[in-house]
Amino acid sequence: MSGGPVIVSRRAVLAGSGALLFSFSSLGPLRAQRADELQVGSASASMQFRGSLEKAPFLDSWIRVEANGAITVFTGKAELGQGIKTALLQIAAEKLDTSLDQLVIVTADTARTPDEGYTAGSHSVQDSGTAIMHAATQVRQLLIEQAATRSGVPADQLRTENATVVAPDGRRFAYRDLVADQMLHVEAAPESSLYPNQFKIMQHSVPRVDIPAKVTGGEAYVQDLRPTGMVHGRVVRPPSYGAKLVSVDTATVETMPGVIKVVRDGSFLGVIATGEFQAIEAMRALAAAARWEETAQLPNSAALPDFLMAQPSQDITVLDARQQGSETKTLSATYTRPYIAHGSIGPSCALALHDGDALTIWTHSQGVYPLRNAIAEMLGMAKAQVRCIHAEGAGCYGQNGADDAAADAALLARAVPGQPVRLQWMREQEHATEPYGPAMVVKVNAGLDGSGRIIDWDYAVWSNTHAMRPGPAGTLIAARSVATAFPQPAPRPIPMPEGGGDRNSIPLYKFPNARVIYHFLPNMPVRVSALRALGAHVNIFAIESFMDELADAAGADPVQFRLQHLDDPRARDVITSAAQRFGWSDRSRSGTRGCGFAFARYKNLAAYCAIACEVEVERQSGRARMLRAVAAVDAGQVVNPDGVVNQIEGAILQSMSWTLFENVAFDERRITSIDWATYPILRFSGVPDAVEVHIVQRSGQPFLGCGEAGQGPAAAAIGNAIAAAIGQRLRDLPLSRERIKAVIGL
Amino acid sequence: MKLNVNGQLHEIVSDPRTPLLYVLRDDLKLNAAKFGCGLGQCGACTVLIDGEAVFSCITPAALIADKKITTLEGLGTLAQPSPIQRAFIEEQAAQCGYCIPGMMMRAQALLQKKPQANDDEIRAALEPNLCRCGTQMRILRAVGRARALMATAQAGDRT
Repeated sequence: MSGGPVIVSRRAVLAGSGALLFSFSSLGPLRAQRADELQVGSASASMQFRGSLEKAPFLDSWIRVEANGAITVFTGKAELGQGIKTALLQIAAEKLDTSLDQLVIVTADTARTPDEGYTAGSHSVQDSGTAIMHAATQVRQLLIEQAATRSGVPADQLRTENATVVAPDGRRFAYRDLVADQMLHVEAAPESSLYPNQFKIMQHSVPRVDIPAKVTGGEAYVQDLRPTGMVHGRVVRPPSYGAKLVSVDTATVETMPGVIKVVRDGSFLGVIATGEFQAIEAMRALAAAARWEETAQLPNSAALPDFLMAQPSQDITVLDARQQGSETKTLSATYTRPYIAHGSIGPSCALALHDGDALTIWTHSQGVYPLRNAIAEMLGMAKAQVRCIHAEGAGCYGQNGADDAAADAALLARAVPGQPVRLQWMREQEHATEPYGPAMVVKVNAGLDGSGRIIDWDYAVWSNTHAMRPGPAGTLIAARSVATAFPQPAPRPIPMPEGGGDRNSIPLYKFPNARVIYHFLPNMPVRVSALRALGAHVNIFAIESFMDELADAAGADPVQFRLQHLDDPRARDVITSAAQRFGWSDRSRSGTRGCGFAFARYKNLAAYCAIACEVEVERQSGRARMLRAVAAVDAGQVVNPDGVVNQIEGAILQSMSWTLFENVAFDERRITSIDWATYPILRFSGVPDAVEVHIVQRSGQPFLGCGEAGQGPAAAAIGNAIAAAIGQRLRDLPLSRERIKAVIGL
Repeated sequence: MKLNVNGQLHEIVSDPRTPLLYVLRDDLKLNAAKFGCGLGQCGACTVLIDGEAVFSCITPAALIADKKITTLEGLGTLAQPSPIQRAFIEEQAAQCGYCIPGMMMRAQALLQKKPQANDDEIRAALEPNLCRCGTQMRILRAVGRARALMATAQAGDRT
């Protein structure tokens, strides 16, 4: 590797200062991209206080009041099923002093909304919510000042209600009558008072605005768009990574019923037909006729951890803090995770229309601006000629096939100008070609002193990048397949304090001596990118499993042991709250049941989450089922409490599925997890009896993103509960029935 | 072929092998049944055929020409939601919502046949349907609420 390891103090990392970002500049080729190139926003203090106003400072980028009375809120973030539309409307309505139904919201669209990068990393409320809160506050103030000018009444004697400014003498000025041409086209003031003492709309569980259409068959998804003249596209994907299309006889397929065109460009192969099933039949015929040259060499999936640790690495010192001390007892352990699929229930889809000069794409991408740039580059078009509009897809848990499907649709649409092309992937295409959450390995050693406190902590994590999103065209399968192929860009680590493979690799606990090394692995034989929580899932699983192992060695209660090593009062509060509400001190310890506990603060800078759970292990089969879970979460100022609860409930169940069941399978060449039979996930028989989520209220504190706060703690709590139930520790994910049965030896 | 969907007879011109799902979505422009796998593994495409929950993605349309097909659109509307739709709204039982229409149709089939189905029976009935967002706790609560709402509606009918 070039450049030396970077050493930064724990203090700098924990303070979230720019120290770590700055240090990367000395690394030459290892230089990390800016956080906002790779993910979203940044963790700088100004982002925390002004959110995305840093990037888009004009008030009318966020809020517009039309003379016809329409009030529109704009966000560069996208609805992914996390309820962001509703939460952002609540913030705007609260600060504008309108009702919710007086507002409409426009989400990510390269022609209309601010560029807020990706909707990812639990950033939406922190970044967009904070910006909208400032903008709405200042728009309301401008409207009041305008009313003051018109009425001659001092601004501080005016009040607002229902999108109207009201004077003490009863005169009323509707917002729509107050707004003039460029009145809102001003930069936001540096400061505005943000958090009211009393909330009318925020901090209340408002029903989600998107749910009624979704449960009545309304047009809710990109899959549901049917513009006049729409035709259907399907693509044939290479059977393995990098396979080259040697030959394909398209003549027969071109005569099939409904087929409009076969599109081939290098190894990109697709078909357009009048009917959807006709497109599928033609796709199958094309796939059967295609001959490929396959070169992929995948690692031995049975020995993945050894493979990963043997790869060339770029080593980053994430933390190095040494003092003196003497340990009396040392422990070491290795934790691993395989590749994990996003496995969205709806395969990726996009609608594209090329009118000869301009290209419009409706996409469920997490980042319409970066995707727009990538597709423009692929097609040799100016960015201004390409417009990407977000339309909801099925659940998004990181980079799935959305961006690739948009690129596929663009290539097909270019072949039939004037005709909108709806492109949808098949299930096996989504499973086999989506970028997975990377396989990872963690090795940790720790020492206890005579009093049972941890005095030494040495931690190393091995991982590929967790960020291969667009940007560059070469991030897209289609762009890598066409005859004039775009190369895949070199992978780069996401810098701390957010981190990628090293996300949450620094424990929040206080240890006198601690070192954390990130072995960043550039070689990626299996396609990878961002999966919800990135490395935090594994790092928290490892740290929190090991904390239990150390507590056991110290003869301490796991919850008390954690509290002994924590001085952050908000961390202590969620731990205490979850333990009390779960009944930790009175927990049952029967032969087949066990209870587990885990805690983390997501990225050490977002929401705090502690989870206690009880698991039952069926001894004959080895099957583990969570019976109940209790979570406590501190997300700072909460916008929609039920939204937070829904996110944490979902995190617990989704992480349980990853943790107990999931593992992307492959042979020496091809991915073999191609459907729900070859990639089993949680079904209702594995669903807990009860999940409770308690919010620790922090009114007036900055928003702390919570969408990914639960995944790590849930994994570790389950692992700890299984260890308690069977008396032995499993450290390799998934904690499958086969592995459990192997250690209990029945 | 002729298809009876949500009480209306439709004349469809299509390859008889075409799975019902594509006829519903593309010919009849009904949004609720979703393509999830095309393999009968996830349940996103679930509709009722003569009251039974079936995977429309693997059911050839020609096989069901003389049967009654019900999709989520046939249960109720935004203005007049059916008990199960009300229950899912009231429980806020969705994240992305893509799997939800299939969940609702499978639960509807159960509750039509067995209005007093207990919680274990609800859970067992939903086994073929996958949710990836982790909304299962809410889905179970919503189906339980729908059971109560339907019982109330039934009682109302009798009086």
